[in-house]
Amino acid sequence: MIGMTLSFRRAATAALAVAATSACSTATQQAGTTPPSTARDSAAIAQARADSVRYPYTAADVRFMSNMIAHHAQAIDIARWAPTHGASSSLQILAERVINAQKDEIALMQRWLRERQLPVPEARATMTMGGTEHVHQMPGMLTAEQLAQLDAARGKEFDRLFLQLMIQHHQGAVAMVQELVSSQGAALDETVFKLASDINADQATEIDRMQQMLAVLLFGPQSP
Amino acid sequence: MTLKKLSLTLGVLTAAACAPATSPSRPSAPAPAVDRRIGLRAGQFDAAEASWNLRVVAKAPPTGQFVGSTNSDLAFLGNYAIQGNYNGFQVWDITNPSNPTLKTSYYCPASQSDVSVFKNLLFVSGEGLGGRLDCGGQGVRDTVSAERLRGIRIFDITDITAPKYVANVQTCRGSHTHTVLVDPKDTENVYVYVSGSAPVRSPSELPGCVRETPDKNPESALFRIEVIKVPLANPSAAAIVSSPRIFNDLVAPPEHGEAPEDIANMARRAAAARAAGGFTARVNEAEFVLGANFTRPLLDSIVKARGGTGAPTAADSATLRANIQTIVDKMVGANREGPQPGPNQCHDITVYPALGLAGGACGGYGLLLDIKDPTRPVRIGAVADSNFAYWHSATFNNDGTAILFSDEWGGGGAPKCRATDKKEWGANAIYALENGKMVFKSYYKIPAPQTELENCVAHNGSLIPIPGRDVMVQAWYQGGISVFDWTDPANPKEIAYFDRGPVDSTQMGNGGSWSAYWYNGAIVSSEISRGLDVAELTPSEFVSQNEIDAAKTVHMDYFNAQGQPKFVWPPSFALARAYVDQLERSRCLGADRISAVRQGLSNAERVSGAQRRDALTQVASQLGGTSCDASKVEKLRAAVRDLAPLP
Repeated sequence: MIGMTLSFRRAATAALAVAATSACSTATQQAGTTPPSTARDSAAIAQARADSVRYPYTAADVRFMSNMIAHHAQAIDIARWAPTHGASSSLQILAERVINAQKDEIALMQRWLRERQLPVPEARATMTMGGTEHVHQMPGMLTAEQLAQLDAARGKEFDRLFLQLMIQHHQGAVAMVQELVSSQGAALDETVFKLASDINADQATEIDRMQQMLAVLLFGPQSP
Repeated sequence: MTLKKLSLTLGVLTAAACAPATSPSRPSAPAPAVDRRIGLRAGQFDAAEASWNLRVVAKAPPTGQFVGSTNSDLAFLGNYAIQGNYNGFQVWDITNPSNPTLKTSYYCPASQSDVSVFKNLLFVSGEGLGGRLDCGGQGVRDTVSAERLRGIRIFDITDITAPKYVANVQTCRGSHTHTVLVDPKDTENVYVYVSGSAPVRSPSELPGCVRETPDKNPESALFRIEVIKVPLANPSAAAIVSSPRIFNDLVAPPEHGEAPEDIANMARRAAAARAAGGFTARVNEAEFVLGANFTRPLLDSIVKARGGTGAPTAADSATLRANIQTIVDKMVGANREGPQPGPNQCHDITVYPALGLAGGACGGYGLLLDIKDPTRPVRIGAVADSNFAYWHSATFNNDGTAILFSDEWGGGGAPKCRATDKKEWGANAIYALENGKMVFKSYYKIPAPQTELENCVAHNGSLIPIPGRDVMVQAWYQGGISVFDWTDPANPKEIAYFDRGPVDSTQMGNGGSWSAYWYNGAIVSSEISRGLDVAELTPSEFVSQNEIDAAKTVHMDYFNAQGQPKFVWPPSFALARAYVDQLERSRCLGADRISAVRQGLSNAERVSGAQRRDALTQVASQLGGTSCDASKVEKLRAAVRDLAPLP
């Protein structure tokens, strides 16, 4: 489970709204527990806020949460090519999962940054510098050449290149996790720690799966 | 009356006042065409709710230092529910399920604070980097620190109001979850399996923690689990006694196959190919035969490189053979230097000591382990599933003929139950256990779509001891609680639920049911931000009052969901009647015999001694003849027979 901090302003608003809410909403829905008193709730919110700032984040945490947005954005960009580039059905499913998983993680990273009033990067793999687009250079990210090569590929060749490049991309994400946890005071925050652990575990699992797919693609199915 | 008690009481009254018109004794309506879980109003403590065949009897909000901090797993001891929290743990007295009262709160921060009990001992998991040996809340700033706790905390709870912190066992990756294993043959010790996939800590912090892979360093902390032995007479001497490498030679089958057999087949093929002069290479643990389509261009390039022409020579083949593994490694991105992929840890392990089996949910695999020797678990089966991101936990059915794995896709923090999420993703996968092999049967996921504001995925649950059936209650985070029947592993079906609207109407908040377990008649749910919920099953067309009553006859002295007990039903009239109800539902006993058996059981219940024995003999005489469910009739016959000696 990923730990998340509550949105305290909203919690406060909700608590006030509670006081004015009647018991039953509809015949089929029941109202929830009676709210604690406003004073009590304020205390609760204060406590919650205290908890949330217990472990201050570091520059390494912010760097990880910001950079991983661009990193994930590129994975989503290339996964979106699968249907239009003649990918096999199993690769299309893999691509769909990458999009689904990493979109949700981007939302989580953006929320984490927003809650701390930090700059929230857009979900883009490129940045504009001097009027031209540059691909971010984080571990494992595809270069402009690799992107062009993949975009030009179709069918089985797309499958092969996609798997090779996505393995490289995922290995980069795992390396970013390693860098994070080796930084002084980093990953104490629950959300950062859990996200990093999940990326570590999920992407390692997916690398394993992609290597098997790639081997079957290269060498043919091996079952008798 | 304290404020808390007042609000609790009001909460219960409100819930009662707003309960649906259906009386508990009448069968409920079938699930409405539009699921009532859709469109529930958001709110931290005032969210709209929907329940079906389930009645929430208590909602105890979090208190003190636990407000705003994540509630995690549950363990049960006597009349107590022990609720883990990222800030420590709380003990609730649930003697009266409709009025849980707080007995103890113990502040000692660590994620995830998963809890287990055995006798007078409480075990608590610590994984996060901020957990401290002194239970302080200030965290640990240094990357290497003597103050950090990652592993298992052990408390003596002889006096449950005053837990004594008696020992720590530090582990290299901390403890995300753990499993208490009670070895039926060993009364002096209890064992704890430690699971977790967080990064390995520095050897400067905990000597012997090796981040390199086993091929680089045999002492690697990867690709193994830790087994802690806890001497009951001296728990402070608890220590790691083994680190079994249960992942060795594991390879992913493409779908739901049996991995070890696939490996054996591949190894045979590879050996034959090599003997015939062919080429092979390993990708992770699997050895692939490389066809001529793949090797011909490589051989040609070797010929070309030496400036030759024509067919490759034996020397060219030898050159390729010497380099083929490196070439393949490069092609598949096998990173021999950096972190290795694949399952190198388990998320959770469920042990079923009565069967000597464990189900391990480990990375991309579901493992079946033989645990007859607790310190040497041996893998006897493995499955992988292309629809599963991350294997989270396992539950056996009571007979040990089926196993259910859950996939905690997105780690529990993502909304994986939207209408756009496939029903195979973030779900349960159910396997039949046939001759010790896992055979895929179906997926189960809650049928009602949730919003994008609700983190939702399959999570912790346990069996409900309804005799003759496999029924389970399971937490789905903000997807609520789902009760489903998987007696037929190929056709799981939801039979009850409870759900709230999102905790926040504008963004995904922190909430939902972390764990929902049956314990001595009640369903207890750990709500991440809203506290502790207690619910009761209500009779419906799917579950009769007799079946619920029979389930309540199963008494547990303690319960850890990761240490599955085998349910045994004491003789009772409810047990016999539960089987009768099931035979009526399946239409495997004629209506006239059903009513004769019921009448006979009522007659027998009213009398005692020889008269009861006669009445029961009369009942048994109704059970001859054929039935489409002979084994159920046999269970009924045994239940009737066992009633005779009852006073």
